[in-house]
Amino acid sequence: MTLLTVDTLTKAYATADGPFAVLRGVSLTLDAGESLALTGESGSGKSTLLHLIGGLDNADAGRIILQDQDITQMDDAGRAALRRGTVGVVFQQFNLIPSLKIADNIAFQARLAGRYDADWCAALAERMGLTDQLRKYPEQLSGGQQQRVAIARTLAPRPALVLADEPTGNLDEGTAATVMDMMLELVGETAAGLLMVTHSQTLAGRLQRRLHLRAGQVA
Amino acid sequence: MNAKALILCLLPVTASAQGFAGLGTDVDGFSTPAPDPVFDFPADHGPHPDYRIEWWYLTANLEDAEGTPYGLQWTLFRSALAPYDVEGWQSPQLWMGHAAVTTETNHFVAERLARGGIGQAGVTADPFIAWIDDWALEGDWQDMQMRASGADFGYQMDLTANGPLVFHGQDGYSVKSAAGQASYYYSQPFFDISGILQLPDGDIAVTGSAWLDREWSSQPLAENQTGWDWFSLSFDDGAKLMGFRLQQTDGMNYTSATWITAEGETTPYPDGALQVEPLGLNDADVPVRWQLTLPDRGVDVTVAAINDDAWMATSVPYWEGPVTFAGSHQGRGYLEMTGYE
Amino acid sequence: MTAAAFRALLSHWGRNPLQLFTLLAGLALATGLWSGVQAINAEARASYDAAANSIDEGRYDRLVSRDGGPFAQDIYVSLRRAGWQVSPMVTGDLEGVRLVGLDALTAPGGMGPVSLGGDMDIGAFLMGGVQVFANAATAPRLDGVEVLIADDLADGTAVTDIGTAQDLLGQAGLIDSLLVLPDQPGNLPALAQVAPDLTLQAAQGGTDIAGLTDSFHLNLTAFGLLSFAVGIFIVHGAIGLAFEQRRGMVRTLRALGLPLRHLIGLMLAELLVFALIAGMIGVALGYAIAALLLPDVAATLRGLYGADVSGNLQLRPIWWLSGLGIALAGTLIAGGSALWSIAKMPLLAAAQPRALAMAAGRRARWQLIVALTLLSLSAMLAFTADGLVSGFAMLGALLVGAAFALPPVLNAVLAAASARAKSVTAQWFWADSRQQLPGLSLALMALMLAIAANIGVSTMVSSFRLTFTGFLDQRLASELYVTTENATQTDALITYAATRDIGVLPIQSADIQVAGQPTEVFGTRDHATYRDNWQFLQSTPGAWDATFAGQAVVINEQLARRGDLSLGDMVQVGALTLPVAGVYGDYGNPIGQVVLAEAAFAAEFPQVTARQFGLRVSGDVSDFVADLTGATGIGPGQTIDQAGIKAVSLAIFERTFTVTTALNILTLAVAGFAILMSLLTLAAMRLPQLAPAWAMGMTRAKLGRLELLRAVMLAVLTAVLALPLGLALAWVLLAVVNVAAFGWRLPMYLFPLDYARLGGFALLAAVLAAGWPAWRLARTPPGDLLKVFANER
Repeated sequence: MTLLTVDTLTKAYATADGPFAVLRGVSLTLDAGESLALTGESGSGKSTLLHLIGGLDNADAGRIILQDQDITQMDDAGRAALRRGTVGVVFQQFNLIPSLKIADNIAFQARLAGRYDADWCAALAERMGLTDQLRKYPEQLSGGQQQRVAIARTLAPRPALVLADEPTGNLDEGTAATVMDMMLELVGETAAGLLMVTHSQTLAGRLQRRLHLRAGQVA
Repeated sequence: MNAKALILCLLPVTASAQGFAGLGTDVDGFSTPAPDPVFDFPADHGPHPDYRIEWWYLTANLEDAEGTPYGLQWTLFRSALAPYDVEGWQSPQLWMGHAAVTTETNHFVAERLARGGIGQAGVTADPFIAWIDDWALEGDWQDMQMRASGADFGYQMDLTANGPLVFHGQDGYSVKSAAGQASYYYSQPFFDISGILQLPDGDIAVTGSAWLDREWSSQPLAENQTGWDWFSLSFDDGAKLMGFRLQQTDGMNYTSATWITAEGETTPYPDGALQVEPLGLNDADVPVRWQLTLPDRGVDVTVAAINDDAWMATSVPYWEGPVTFAGSHQGRGYLEMTGYE
Repeated sequence: MTAAAFRALLSHWGRNPLQLFTLLAGLALATGLWSGVQAINAEARASYDAAANSIDEGRYDRLVSRDGGPFAQDIYVSLRRAGWQVSPMVTGDLEGVRLVGLDALTAPGGMGPVSLGGDMDIGAFLMGGVQVFANAATAPRLDGVEVLIADDLADGTAVTDIGTAQDLLGQAGLIDSLLVLPDQPGNLPALAQVAPDLTLQAAQGGTDIAGLTDSFHLNLTAFGLLSFAVGIFIVHGAIGLAFEQRRGMVRTLRALGLPLRHLIGLMLAELLVFALIAGMIGVALGYAIAALLLPDVAATLRGLYGADVSGNLQLRPIWWLSGLGIALAGTLIAGGSALWSIAKMPLLAAAQPRALAMAAGRRARWQLIVALTLLSLSAMLAFTADGLVSGFAMLGALLVGAAFALPPVLNAVLAAASARAKSVTAQWFWADSRQQLPGLSLALMALMLAIAANIGVSTMVSSFRLTFTGFLDQRLASELYVTTENATQTDALITYAATRDIGVLPIQSADIQVAGQPTEVFGTRDHATYRDNWQFLQSTPGAWDATFAGQAVVINEQLARRGDLSLGDMVQVGALTLPVAGVYGDYGNPIGQVVLAEAAFAAEFPQVTARQFGLRVSGDVSDFVADLTGATGIGPGQTIDQAGIKAVSLAIFERTFTVTTALNILTLAVAGFAILMSLLTLAAMRLPQLAPAWAMGMTRAKLGRLELLRAVMLAVLTAVLALPLGLALAWVLLAVVNVAAFGWRLPMYLFPLDYARLGGFALLAAVLAAGWPAWRLARTPPGDLLKVFANER
């Protein structure tokens, strides 16, 4: 069953030297429960592609069909709703809310989406090894712990699609491997689709499929 | 609180349990009218401080050389806080004067208030003078003078009586309700009057007829009576009719009338003999057209105000103005309506 | 969704309680000062209204006897019976309370604010029941009468029926004056015909009091606004900082699916909740300020203007509402730009410090343009302003313009200093100060306004005091003042004085109208006292000679200004028309004065008899008084020595500015608070700037000392810049606002020592404010500084 279809997507940014085309007609599909690694050099457009699929930015042309809905046709409020419930994003910089405790950070997106499930959140915390940290604030946690919080937060509302942008890019190798294991395992269990941007061949190899971008096009 | 409001306190005007203008309040300490009065003139032309309320009330139908009709009112009310009088500011007697001139298009009103006991207002019987400030009604009840002024009008009048005093009800004992409330009430309805009206557009010489009422009581209205409609009608053939209807909170009314022949012979009529029905309201919902019937005298007339807007916007507000009537008989007169605020 | 997002937004404050405190405290202080001043104003105004309603002397023409004494009640009745619509009044002193007797039936305003009716027995009131109305404060001072409480009555005033008042004051059958009602019938007989002993006194007074007290209120309002502005600077800083720090959270919330519009709405709601909370605290604070200051205000107004103000504070809904309203408005002003920038912030772009810096640069240019515009406007108004409104417009333009000009000027000074710095430390110090300037500029603006207001007002007060004291020395030249009770005493006094060769100067006056102004005309004896002591602002040669010869008059400055009279202009006094030979300064007196020769005065006002005399006593005054009492029977109670009068006058005057001084100190305190809060909030942000300096070998203690030094340096610069601003402010107050409000212009004196002391206070405020943050910096754990390098935020 096709979860996501991206069809000849293009996107350009205005720069001092005129428009710079980041994506030049990218197409891909992703089935439910399938995982896909997006690799490529810096500036190849993989992050931009992820942002567009996550509804964080607008495409210039092309279509993004997620669960039979065209994201490119949605207004700001529609894309916000999409981000709340259907898509979960794991950022490289974690983007936790510094003034909320860990437990609240984990529950936060589910609460926003109106899908808060205390048992599920507790299970996520336990699976992520965060049970002892729930009453702390993000600044009291290590980077790896913070990223595990971010992953738990993303999975709490049970999104259909998880987008991850270099989720372990800020972590050392050992920590990165642990975090990745946990993430892949849990995403697999929830049967969500996973689209992960990474420049690590090793990490990319752990996903079912791989797509290499070069200069805004699928290589 | 201004003086007007003070008077309102003294004479609660709201249609409450006390009836119109507090006239239905208890009599505590005051004398009350009794049947079969014996009047003593000129003394009884003067004030009766042991009664709560009293008035010297003159209305006149006038016309100028062109036949334009005018109405005129001169009234002095006495209201007592206690049934006695003393010299000085401590006097419980309070005085209120109302003067008005009504034309077909205008209604001029003035009011004066005064404390008793200091000489600013009062009434003496012999020689007779009733005054408040510069307003006065004086004379020997045969020939009299009268004056009043307001900010925008004034008048000086001479009066000559050409008939006797007439006494209403039973020889001047006028019953006001089924419960027996009553007042002493007599009139001099046979004044010829002439004088000068000072109006904003200039002085106008006028002549006509005037009707002077004298009435005093301590509780003239029953508690459930909220106001009255009072008529003084002069028929073209010289006869006169005084009639009133007292409004009651139960929707019933109490009527009384006196038929006065041109010679001054009177016939009193008890409750129900006179029928009074409102026909039309003015802009302020005051009935200014009436049907009056007194079957015993074959009277069936329609009474209409000369000027619908003769509202007395005084401390105790009411409607008072000249009227004409037609139907079985013709003539003119005065209408007073209270309890319509 | 809303609840979760709102909780996340609010959680920021839980982690940054200092910011929350700054925000709420700043807003509450601002609202408090504002609503306190408004409360005082509202209360004072309500009291005037009550006084005006209850007495009404000023509003109506009055008939009084020619000799000023009481007259027979029969005259009242005669007038009424002649058609005159007048109402009798008696007034007198009853155990120190001013008792006013009125006739409720004829009085134009009825019984004023007193409410007859309700449960009271009107019969008893009118029929000699000895019932007297007074407010709760005055009631205990009245013995032997039944006191009915009427809260709207002025302090020290009681109202009763005229008959009762006549009895209580022992003047049965006598009337003091008759109020003339506005509507009179036509064809009234002439007054001379009906009541030849009475004379008509035209309505006056009321408007004069209103004008003077309005100016005082305007003064208070200006200071209230100033304080509020200072507070708003703080709030603006706190909100700006909080929003700046939450940009990351805002991005995250949006990335997690919170729609922008929803987010803005939530942040607005959050601000409004704070405004409401702070507003309520502020109104309570304002109540406290008002309750503290109101007795002084009441005393001030009573002393200066003779207006009776109740010293009791009532919680009036109008200033509750206005307090909350101003808190909301202030929050929206302060938070509007922060919200706007949040709304415009793109979802993905990271916070770009450089772009922000550029925006700040643009804002600085805008501020400079606004500052220059406002300053030119106020310079323009300096030449054209001729009323209270334009005077205050000038003040406002001056202060706001100067505030906006402060950051660029400071920046320029720091840049210049930086360019000349030799040592590395000094270079770093100046550069770092410049970097810190944007974060501190709001607090420094607040400090400058506070210092300037302080300088301005203290200059005005001190100038006033100096002038006033000199004026008292001139005007109260006689050593002893004697009031006689009757003609016999007067004769005895004059005879006795002649034997001792002591000059006797009668003090006698009559109320007239000159050039449309209520004016007192004084009949003055030719004596060296006047020639020696009175100083003219302008005069023709031989002014006193001409005046004492009955050829001219001299007038006070108020009359000259209000009546637009200058030297040589003709003045009509009764039947006389005389030229103005001189204009003298007359401070603290609300109405006009004309000085006329004694003989001319006696001819024009034969009914006025002098009962007050100034005596030029040489030697010991108390010995003289003892001798005088022995010789004439004039008691010591009838004499006042000059020193006593001067002390009373000065005491009244001193109280006048108690309130403004108190407000000034409060304002300075608020500014100090602003600096403290700015430094505290900046401290955390400054770690990344300080850490490299520390890493390169500066000790934490030295960093702390430099922080303190920086605050002191900035405060000194600000104070130096505030000095010319404060002097300009003083000039506007003395030469523009004073003339418009009081009718006299005061010479401006400079008080360098006062300014130095003020500067010291400002430094103290800055040191106190900077001390704690600097101390904290000096004690920052090295780990925190290291984190700057370990943890790229």
